[in-house]
Amino acid sequence: MRRLIVSGAIALAALVTGAGAVAIAAGTEAHPPKRSWHFQGPFGTYDRAAAQRGYQVYAEVCAACHSLSLLAYRNLMELGLTDNQVKGLIKDIVVPDLNDDGQPIERPARLSDSFRKPFPNVAAAAAANNGKAPPDLSVIVKAREGGADYIYALLTGYVPFDKLSPEQVKEFSVKKDDNFNTYFPGHKIAMTPPLADDKVTYADGTKATLGQEASDVTEFLAWASEPWMEDRKRTGVRVILFLLALAGLMYAVKRQVWSNKH
Amino acid sequence: MASSHGTPPVFNNKVIAWIDHRLPIFSYIEKEYHTFPTPRNFNYFWNFGAIATVMLVLMIATGVVLATNYTPHVLMAFDSVERIDRDVPQGWLIRDLHMNGASFFFIAVYVHIFRGMYYGSYKAPRELLWILGVVIFLLMMATAFMGYVLPWGQMSFWGATVITSLFSAIPVVGDSIVTWLWGGFSIGNPTLNRFYALHYLLPFIIVAVVALHVVALHVHGSNNPTGIDPKGPQDTVPFHPYYTMKDGFGVVVFLIVYSLVVFFGPDMLGDAANYIPADPLVTPTHIVPEWYFLPFYAILRAVPDKLGGVIAMFGAIAVLFVLPWLDTSRVRSSTFRPIYKWCMLLLVVDVVVLGFCGANPPAGFWIPLSQAATLYYFVHFLILLPVLGKIERPLPMPPSIADAVLKKKAG
Repeated sequence: MRRLIVSGAIALAALVTGAGAVAIAAGTEAHPPKRSWHFQGPFGTYDRAAAQRGYQVYAEVCAACHSLSLLAYRNLMELGLTDNQVKGLIKDIVVPDLNDDGQPIERPARLSDSFRKPFPNVAAAAAANNGKAPPDLSVIVKAREGGADYIYALLTGYVPFDKLSPEQVKEFSVKKDDNFNTYFPGHKIAMTPPLADDKVTYADGTKATLGQEASDVTEFLAWASEPWMEDRKRTGVRVILFLLALAGLMYAVKRQVWSNKH
Repeated sequence: MASSHGTPPVFNNKVIAWIDHRLPIFSYIEKEYHTFPTPRNFNYFWNFGAIATVMLVLMIATGVVLATNYTPHVLMAFDSVERIDRDVPQGWLIRDLHMNGASFFFIAVYVHIFRGMYYGSYKAPRELLWILGVVIFLLMMATAFMGYVLPWGQMSFWGATVITSLFSAIPVVGDSIVTWLWGGFSIGNPTLNRFYALHYLLPFIIVAVVALHVVALHVHGSNNPTGIDPKGPQDTVPFHPYYTMKDGFGVVVFLIVYSLVVFFGPDMLGDAANYIPADPLVTPTHIVPEWYFLPFYAILRAVPDKLGGVIAMFGAIAVLFVLPWLDTSRVRSSTFRPIYKWCMLLLVVDVVVLGFCGANPPAGFWIPLSQAATLYYFVHFLILLPVLGKIERPLPMPPSIADAVLKKKAG
């Protein structure tokens, strides 16, 4: 009987790892290097300071082209900001609305507003970006194989044309105006290198290197993809502890019940 | 209160007695779930029927709650699912339970099917019980497939495209069938709406077939690891408290594993591309179904002809319907079948290999590997099973279940 349980467990494990292998096998390009993130692991949480800096990078750089449509400004309070701090952050942002006469107007953003979209629609976004609309970033970390590692690798993975080897230029038919990215599938990416050293000036005095900006904005986007993650893990710890205790009790009772039959 | 098996129970509570005299639900529960004589020698493989039932109830419960918050429209479905995660109180929990519940329902059912095959539970007089089980499995596949379409991500859309297009392989009427399934000339809002309606309907049909499955089970009772019929009271125990307790323990252990995935890796079994909203103009590099369909997907692609692949894939399930008649051995349990036992375990390996083949793009060594694995799958059912029953010499069997239990305890 024990052997059967073991073989059953092995079969189950094989099924689960099989599914895991699917995810790994699906990546075609260079694998993004594994980085260590504050939100990793069963107890990992979001680094609030990094995510707040990441919002700054998003607001000052990414937001020019990328929407974040599933988030509202009020959500920023979950990053440890007060409502007045968030109001300060969005005081210069205006959003489209209709006035009482039904005429389109722009008015200052409120906490309850969704993040302002940089383009009125997909066609306008595509027209302004060489025919390819920049993707919405709300769930981008969950929507890419490799997750946060991939986003960070992509943001830091640009190679200038003159640094490419002749073989790379030939193999991927790269032209001088193309953007070559080590981690993008097919390598040629429509997005010009978005970040560089000192692209933003951090209020908390953190030195704004390319790596720092990329890491911060990835932390922010990871949070944006799953703002409830900490709640999920906390609940999970309680649920598992409860079930373990329950399983122990059940096993004890089961043994007691069966004691006269074995 | 309760009486021993055979005589009708007497209820001391007047209300219960009054109801039972008119609608004997309490007698039924007493007979089928309390005194019901059950072989005393189940191993933990026999937990998975109860586990699958719990998962079915859990899927319906979470599904109904999700349905109250979901919008079946191509322009709104994706965002409405995200709204459930973000803005519905504990919505993320309900969705993670449902999304991973499908995977764990399949895990439970796959173990349950393996149990049935390894211990010959499908043999006389339980053929209809087995066939009803295969019907449940088919209904589950249809339900899971349509459920995966609902979030309207890239894999939802393209998975639906690939699977519905299979029907175009049918000669003459194929294209008309596909148009009929889609509700139009391409996958669109009518497709999403009908899939949603059916995804809500089919689970209740599954409940009905599960009820028949249980009725059929309670005619002759459960099989057991020896495959020998109980010969008297010394071979059985009452279902309650012996198996209610053992099943309860097994269910909780299963829920622990399930919770680990729900709370600490809710997206590990899914595909990242399904977090990209469906785009009919952009085909994903690799279109893969959910993991529990991968072995069948591999069989589909192993045959170099479209119609042939579709026939092989459906044949892989159809063969299960006639399993009771393909197996010519009169011995139920693999424990006493020295050759078949290994064939059966090899079949498990084969199905796992097919799963890997289905997960990888059909190129290089994956093609011959998936073809060899497909071949073995059918050889197992169509050649090994009928032939082994004739030539295999079974091991000596214990005279009764009680003897088997006592011998094992002594040894």
